[in-house]
Order: sequence, then structure tokens, then C-alpha cells
Amino acid sequence: MRKMHYTQAADDALAQAMLADPNIIVFGEDIPLLRRNLLVRFGTKRVFGTPISESAFVAAGVAAAMAGMRPVVEVYMVDFLGVAMDALLNHAAKLADFSGGKWNAPLVLRAPCGGGYGDGGQHEQSLSGWLAHIPGLAVVVPSTPADAGGLMLAALEYDGPVIFMEHKLLSESWLEFMGSGGRSTVEYDLPQAGRLGTVPDKWSPIRLGSAHSVKAGTDLTIISVGVGVHRSLEAAESLSGDGISAGVIDLRSVSPLDEGTIIEAVSQTGNMLVVDEDYERFGLSGELAALVLEAGIKVNYGRVCTQTTIPYARHLEDQTLPNVTRICEVARSILGV
Amino acid sequence: MSFNLWSLYALMLKSRLFEEAVAQLWQDGLISGEMHLGTGEEAIVAAVISQLVEGDAMALDHRGTPPLIMRGVDPVLILRELLGQPDGLCGGMGGHMHMFSKAHLTASSGIVGASGPTGVGFALAAQYLRPGTISVAFFGEGSTNQGMMMESMNLAATWQLPVLFVCKDDQWAITTPVDARHRAALTDRASSLGLTAFDADGRDVLQVCEAANQAIQHTRSGRGPAFLHANCAHLEGHFLGYQMIRVARDPLKEIPPIALPLAKSFLQPSGAKFSDRLEGLKDVLNAILETMRDPRNDPVNDPVKLTRSQLSSDRQSLDRLEAAIQSEIEAVLEASLRELRL
Repeated sequence: MRKMHYTQAADDALAQAMLADPNIIVFGEDIPLLRRNLLVRFGTKRVFGTPISESAFVAAGVAAAMAGMRPVVEVYMVDFLGVAMDALLNHAAKLADFSGGKWNAPLVLRAPCGGGYGDGGQHEQSLSGWLAHIPGLAVVVPSTPADAGGLMLAALEYDGPVIFMEHKLLSESWLEFMGSGGRSTVEYDLPQAGRLGTVPDKWSPIRLGSAHSVKAGTDLTIISVGVGVHRSLEAAESLSGDGISAGVIDLRSVSPLDEGTIIEAVSQTGNMLVVDEDYERFGLSGELAALVLEAGIKVNYGRVCTQTTIPYARHLEDQTLPNVTRICEVARSILGV
Repeated sequence: MSFNLWSLYALMLKSRLFEEAVAQLWQDGLISGEMHLGTGEEAIVAAVISQLVEGDAMALDHRGTPPLIMRGVDPVLILRELLGQPDGLCGGMGGHMHMFSKAHLTASSGIVGASGPTGVGFALAAQYLRPGTISVAFFGEGSTNQGMMMESMNLAATWQLPVLFVCKDDQWAITTPVDARHRAALTDRASSLGLTAFDADGRDVLQVCEAANQAIQHTRSGRGPAFLHANCAHLEGHFLGYQMIRVARDPLKEIPPIALPLAKSFLQPSGAKFSDRLEGLKDVLNAILETMRDPRNDPVNDPVKLTRSQLSSDRQSLDRLEAAIQSEIEAVLEASLRELRL
């Protein structure tokens, strides 16, 4: 076992895959700087930068994938996919169906996501539910270095487009790039277990759509992804002080969704709480409610999500993003205690 | 056309001193997130804005502070916004990349290229509601490679809209250097889309004023959109705390955390053949070496210093002006920091 940081782990698994598959190429904005360690190992033919032309280079990545390559395309932040959405919505996501299942676009799109460092609502969104809403797109949201590597490898073996979302509070390099900029005068609520952790010596894929039951619990099932998993674990710890046994499930991918694990856990506790940093309405939290209702499970339900545009001001942002206090409050209200 | 160098210098200096204060507050941790300053592009911004009239609209990029200051937005409101306070320009909701002033018809965006279509829409509305006014879109050279920027120029030309596209070209797209050939190509690109293109040394405020004057006259008089290209250097790189600038300023501290993983990866037994790896290493080293030359060390890149030197023969007036602006900024800080001062 080795110890690795979050983005380091994703890059390490990517390097392992690049050794095995010469068709994997890596490109995107500022890649020579951001992925410099891959660049000096694999050279400029396989690792290269792009102009700030998201709509063109993401769409080109889709087509290159169709034509036999395995591109790993990177944008600065998931928010900027707004510029490139057509490539995903109308092309990458549609290809397999339009071609009668005869053609696919195995592209991995890396997109840093999430807030908690005061950059404002145009740079801190999650958008995992917005992307997963579209049939044909897989959306992966790892919460630890071990998952980041294992899911990266699985994404690279997947037969279709995968959005690989790296939360900036988990990523050692993204937080330094966007948040602190070398300052020691700013503080963040960092989930340390998600930032640095043990990883396998050799990566194995973690199948997309396999949730991880991080903590068992008999009273309440908390379901989350990404940073939300760590906030949920902290809340579960705090709730256990009140004699409440809360389990935590890390979905790891929003699409495909591990329906079996969710249904099994929720049918045991009868109480479900969804913690999602993405927007509350029309997203993952509502989808999970529908899932258990359609399965005929009687459930008490609550959710802690982002309801509005994420404010720039740190104190407002802290109240807007899911936090431990809000999770505990909603948990108690679900349980009626 | 003669321009008042004193008032231009006053605009530029006010913006510079304000942003230097912002940089310090950012370093002190009172301002969160990224911080993109406009230090180094003041001559371009001052030259254009000093020739705007009431009712003209502005579409700004992620370096919105200098244009807002120079257009007359209350600096206290701006600083309170950057400090995330409820009485800031946007109630602490926007921060420096997302500042808006409806009264000044000014909107900003942190999405690269977004000021293009916004400028077009403002100009479209101007034709109906404010005849004789124009809109100005400010953006960096990196954003000219966005589809929406090229589409905007085409749309503005097709509809013959009163919009001035101002390209502040520092030769860097975030952290990616662009080929020097790009500059000529950008005015060509604009011309080929049907815009009337102008070029100026963006560090020389009078030169930009001349070019901006022609460009604004052109578009205000209904002859279609204009494109003003002006080079500049961003004195702090892409944003405050930019790693490569830190490398240049404090190599002993900053190089090891970059160099060690880099060397380890370069020396991995498996990977590309040696010559390919060397190409990769050269790319990385070139990027580092290019930024090792701290732009702040080269006075030729500083439009405020350059303008000051043009006024230095009248020492007395210069001292008076600088003292007045200095105390104005001090008052802004005093009024903005109030309860936040420890």
C-alpha cells in the first residue's frame, strides 16, 4: 500500500492506464502545467494543452473517441462545461443510441467541481445531477484518493463518455491553484480523509455504479457523494453521541446509480437522508426519493443540498453548502427526535 | 486629437493604488478565492473609458475592478464587495469576477469569452433605447479562441452594431503562452469578420487613446463594430498567487515541490521513449523559464510608471495629484475596513 493525495492518485491510475493503452491521450486547458508530471513521462504527443476553446476541444475529444482514441479531456471547472455542453448533450450522450448501439465515444472528461473556498457561484458548482440527467453520460464523483484512482481506471475502461469530477476541497493541486495561491492566511473546512489516503500498489478498476457502504447504521441511511460523504460521516459521528445510529453510503457515481445498495439500506432503516452539494431541485436528492418510492419502500425522507446560487462571501457560502449542522438538524427531524 | 495626460494618469493611478490595496487584503486572507488584478492593463482601460459618455454600456471579463473604478463606481462599494460584505456592490454575492452595476450598464463574467455576446446584446438594446451610445466589451487574447467571441464579432458585423471589442493581449491564455504571431492574426481575424480593426501599444496610454478615439468614433457614428487590439503585461501573471510567479520570486521555497515529483516522473522506467520525454520536459521548463522573468521587474511593462515619467517635468503638480489620490484611496480603505480592522 502507498499513501497518495487525491489528484495524485487519479493521475497515477491514469499513468498506469496510459502504459497499457497507447491510445490514451490527455489534453485540455493548461495541461502542460497541470499535468506536467504526465507530460515529462509520456511526452508531448500524448499530453498537450489546448486554447481556451471548450466547445471545440471537448467536441473534438468526443469525435476522437469515436474514431478509436481514448481521450482524457480536461476543462478548468465543471462550470465551464456550459460553454461545451452541446458536445456532451447532443453528441457524446446520443451516439450509442443514434447508432443503434453500434458506436460509442469512450471519452473521459475531467472536471474539477465544488465550493467551499470563496470563488463565487460561477466557479463552485457541482452539476453532477445536471449532467447525470442526460441519458448516455456517466458521472463519477470520487471522495477519496483510493476511489479517485480506481474510478479513473474504470472510467478509462468504460464504453461511453464519463464525466470525472474532482472536488476542489479534496484535490491538493486544485485548492492550491484556485483557493490559497500559496497563502497561509485562509482556512478551509477540509475533509482530510478524502485528501490523503492509502491506495493500492497496483490500481484495479472500481466498477462504475458500485456504491460503497462507508459506515453501517440501523436508524438512518445517509446517502452522498464527494465531499458530502465526509460531511455525512462527521454528522453521523455527532449523531451517535445522541444514540442515533446513522449509516453512510458513498454512491461514488451518480450515473450509473447503484440502485440495489440504496434500496437495501433504506428498506432496513426506513429513514433516508440525501446530502448533495449539487442543487436541490430536480437533481440527485429527488431522484433517490423517486427510486425508493418506486421500489415501494415506506420511508421518512429528508435532504441537505445547495438551494441557491453559491454566494461569494465565505460566511454566506458556508451556510449555503451542506454542512454538518444542517445534516444533523435534518437527520433529527426525519427521526422525529 | 489631444488627450489630457493628467486626468488619464489620475484614473490609472487610482485603479493601481486600489488594486495594490486589494492585493494586500487578499494576501492577508480578507479576500477569498482567486484574484485576477488588472494591474498592467490600466492604460488600455483608461484610454477607452475616458472616451465613453453617459449611457454607454460595458461588458467586462474577470478583471473588472479597473473598469468599474474608472467608470465611477464607488470604490467603497467595490471593496466591500470583495470583502464579502452585505453592503458591497452586489451584497457580497458576486465577488471580483461577478460584479454588476445596473446604473452603469456594466456586467462582468468569469467565463472566458462571455463579454463578447454581452457586448453585442448591450449594443443591440442601445440601438432601440439609447441611440448614439455604444457598448464596449473588454477581454483577453485567450478568449478570442472561444467560439462565442468569434460568433459575437460576426453577429456585430452582420447587424452593424455600435460595439467596440477591446482585446487586452498579454500573450498568455491563463498559464499557456501564445505564439507571438498571434497578435497580427487577431486584427486580421477581426477584419476578416468585417470589423474595423485598430492596433496600439497598450502600455502607452496616449497611443491607445488615439486608436480608441478612432475606433469609438467609427462605431458610434453607425459604421459598424470596431476591434481594438492592445498588448500589455499582467504584472501579477494570470492571478495573485500564480505558482510560476511565486517560483520566480521565491525559487528556493517554490521549486522543490514542483521539481521533485517532476524528476521522479521523468525518470520512471516505463513510459515514452527518451526523446519524447525530453520534448515534454522542455515544454515544462520553457513555461517556467518564461515566467521566471518577473514582469514587474521590467518598467517598460508598467503603464502607470510610463505615464508618470511623461509628467515628471512638472514635479509639483505630480506630487499634488499623487498625494490627493493616495489620500482618496486611504479614505476608501478606512471606510471599507471599518469593523474588519483588528
